[in-house]
Amino acid sequence: MRILYFAWLRERIGTGEEEVAVPAEVNTVGTLVAWMRGRGPAYHAAFAVGNTVRCAVNQEFADPDAVVRDGDEVAFFPPVTGG
Amino acid sequence: MASIRVQTADFDVSAELAALGAGRQDIGGYGIFVGTVRGNAHGHAISAMTLEHYPAMTERAMARIAAEAERRWDLLGCTLIHRVGVLLPGENIVLVLAASAHRQAALDAAAFLIDWLKTAAPFWKKERFASGEDNWVDAREADDAAAARWGALTAS
Repeated sequence: MRILYFAWLRERIGTGEEEVAVPAEVNTVGTLVAWMRGRGPAYHAAFAVGNTVRCAVNQEFADPDAVVRDGDEVAFFPPVTGG
Repeated sequence: MASIRVQTADFDVSAELAALGAGRQDIGGYGIFVGTVRGNAHGHAISAMTLEHYPAMTERAMARIAAEAERRWDLLGCTLIHRVGVLLPGENIVLVLAASAHRQAALDAAAFLIDWLKTAAPFWKKERFASGEDNWVDAREADDAAAARWGALTAS
């Protein structure tokens, strides 16, 4: 699974993009976020409960219950602030 | 069909208006919004604003917003340009042009387009203060409320 990070998430995690192999029980955005928290202090801080993190799966905005699969592109970012 | 661009370069509003209206006599007016970089935030001077985006997703999200505007109003053309990279106070950030036979559709569509661009397109702003400190701009509830008054996006 390809994971992308934008804005302060990219800075806090220290990379904009990585490939991860997730366990089988990680099959939604919500379970992916919970798994991310356990990957180390930077991830724990970035995905801390209370931080507002948005997600897109394959370039479409996605809710916590959206399904994620091997081969998907999953992006995490703060609420958008363009315009 | 909307013209949608994401670019580092500035845009020329007059040239974009001319391009949208070229060879047409059915347009009665344009709704125009130009967003620019303010020179201060929270009472502190800004030296620059950096715009980051999600390239694989941005144009698709902008196209969806434009398609929704075209579904809701009788538009005769639409241009969306959003700049990315490092911008200085006073510089242009975003251009919205909506052309229609009548002003109400043009003005309403332009307002809709900028409200949704602010809340449903993957751009992020980082302010650099004159002090040298950086700050990622927080999303504003007022922007969500402004977009919400138009109801949900339905175009896919």
